[in-house]
Amino acid sequence: MADIATAIPAAAPAHEVRAARLSAFVRYTLLTVVGLIMLYPLIWLIGASFKTNSEIFGSIGFIPREPTLEGYVKGWETSTPYTFGRFFWNTFLIILPKTIFTAISCALVAYGFARFEFPFKRFFFATLIATLLLPNVVTRIPQYILFRDLGWLDSYLPLWVPSAFAGDAFFVFMLVQFLRAIPRDMEEAARVDGANSFQTLIHIVVPMLLPALISVMLFQFMWTMNDFLGPLIYLSSVEKFPVSLALKLSIDTTEAFDWNRILAMSVLALLPALIVFFMAQKYFIEGISAGGVKG
Amino acid sequence: MARLQIRNLEKTYANAFKAVHGINLDVEDGEFMVLVGPSGCAKSTTLRMIAGLESISGGDVVIGDTVVNRLQPGKRGIAMVFQNYALYPHMKVRKNLSFGLRLQRASKAEIERRTADVARILEIEPLLDRLPKELSGGQAQRVALGRALIKEPKVFLFDEPLSNLDAKLRASMRVRITDLHRRLKEEGMSSTVIYVTHDQTEAMTMGDRICVMKDGRIMQVADPKTLYDRPANAFVAGFIGSPEMNLIEGRLDGATFRVGDQVLALPDELMARLRGWTGSATLGIRPQHLRLNTGSGLTGRVTGAEFMGHEVVLHLDVAGARMVAVLPSADYAALDRGAEVRLSPEPGTAHVFDGAGENVSLPVLN
Repeated sequence: MADIATAIPAAAPAHEVRAARLSAFVRYTLLTVVGLIMLYPLIWLIGASFKTNSEIFGSIGFIPREPTLEGYVKGWETSTPYTFGRFFWNTFLIILPKTIFTAISCALVAYGFARFEFPFKRFFFATLIATLLLPNVVTRIPQYILFRDLGWLDSYLPLWVPSAFAGDAFFVFMLVQFLRAIPRDMEEAARVDGANSFQTLIHIVVPMLLPALISVMLFQFMWTMNDFLGPLIYLSSVEKFPVSLALKLSIDTTEAFDWNRILAMSVLALLPALIVFFMAQKYFIEGISAGGVKG
Repeated sequence: MARLQIRNLEKTYANAFKAVHGINLDVEDGEFMVLVGPSGCAKSTTLRMIAGLESISGGDVVIGDTVVNRLQPGKRGIAMVFQNYALYPHMKVRKNLSFGLRLQRASKAEIERRTADVARILEIEPLLDRLPKELSGGQAQRVALGRALIKEPKVFLFDEPLSNLDAKLRASMRVRITDLHRRLKEEGMSSTVIYVTHDQTEAMTMGDRICVMKDGRIMQVADPKTLYDRPANAFVAGFIGSPEMNLIEGRLDGATFRVGDQVLALPDELMARLRGWTGSATLGIRPQHLRLNTGSGLTGRVTGAEFMGHEVVLHLDVAGARMVAVLPSADYAALDRGAEVRLSPEPGTAHVFDGAGENVSLPVLN
């Protein structure tokens, strides 16, 4: 009893309260400063997109002296026969099938690995995980030759098709981990209720897997949105370019770079990912933590 | 109408562990059969093999006239209630109940009629539009029960359905389930039940017959009274009844049972049941069947006494062995710690088990 009584001070002395407040002040100041430093390029980007070309390199501050929309207007028109709207549409054409294919194929494969016994299962799963460790560039050349021989160059097929066959091992792994954390009782109840494996997947597993599936789709959305190398390798006609290539295009074709156009379009290119992220933030974080921690 | 037969049922896992050793069990149509045993006795595995959730390594499961070994769970005419309810978390109660019927493509009117019927019987009408996470444990278990009931199966399978509930709720659900079973039977519906539990109170109060299992083998199948009065072996004797039956090791010589330096003269009726058997033996006496005695009996030193109001639970040391006796509370005054008392079994209640644990003192049944 005496030990407990001495362990709890009646009231913290005044100097301790002061020290605690000071430490909090220092911590928050430090965090704010570091946060601002990390965000500064982004803030600068947004500010600079409203600057004139001459001002961009003239000052380090991010507030434009003479705000102008010229960058956005001219940038949207581009130096090609197409507006930026076309490139956004192209990006959308790549992302939509890819995201849907990824969700379907990865859910199927993960369900198989997590819930069924089949010969060489461990070997196949180990192989799948091993591909996670393989650098992407290693497979670029064989993949390119394969798609070339199939006659798929300069089409979206090389970008879509791998995702329809659960090409992203990371997503399969994430879903398998998530599934392992879900008890099987519900699926067994469904089987007793007369559902076959596929009906169980559709009616029971997918709804329970939804948070993880949403984060898979979000990841795929963002990665595809930002993917530069894939479209660069497989697409050659400008009319099929997604936003990521189009941004590069404006640097290539003009002799004197109109930086404010590039920056303005970069800001626009950032928007979809940001909007989607904030809309789905709840599921996104749920999915990451559930997939990563519960495994 | 569905009778369930289990013939030489075996389960061997991939790692060569044999969980079920060729068991045989007949469950009559409309019978409430309880599978009971300590954890790891393979009662749940047996149930899951009947359900089709676990593959069968050997033997047959017959429901009605059909060998169902290779049938999918949904085609066996069974319904199952799981320990943790296993309600579909994203479906409202109404959809949870009707999921099976919707898979069978039953008509909308049929689904509605049966949902309403089941909801009325189980008093879950106000819960129909709730999600499982908005239900209490007892409510969730009633919904799980409803999901089984709505299918009108040939055989109901229960896998420790009450073990997640608190004691009070468990008692009321117990009554509810037995009532339900009786009503189904009276209405002429299929009402064969296999009920798995590790709780012997549940087994004794609910079962028409009880199948006691241990290590993948059946120890005894009988109605509760037979199981209590005439256990086939020391395991059943110790497992059924609370407090546990006293099992005292000693030696049986002629008309006496020796334990340590004590000698208990055996009554004539026990001698008759033993039919001249002698040797190393275990004497089994239920705590409730011990009485204070001034004459012959086993002498024990009191190590503790628990006053329960209507009775006293007495802990004793008899020649180094622990013993428990349940006595009328009128005796409490005389029972101090350290006191020596003399106890003997009521006539007709003691059992003698041989070295292998078999009961050698069962009366000859005509």
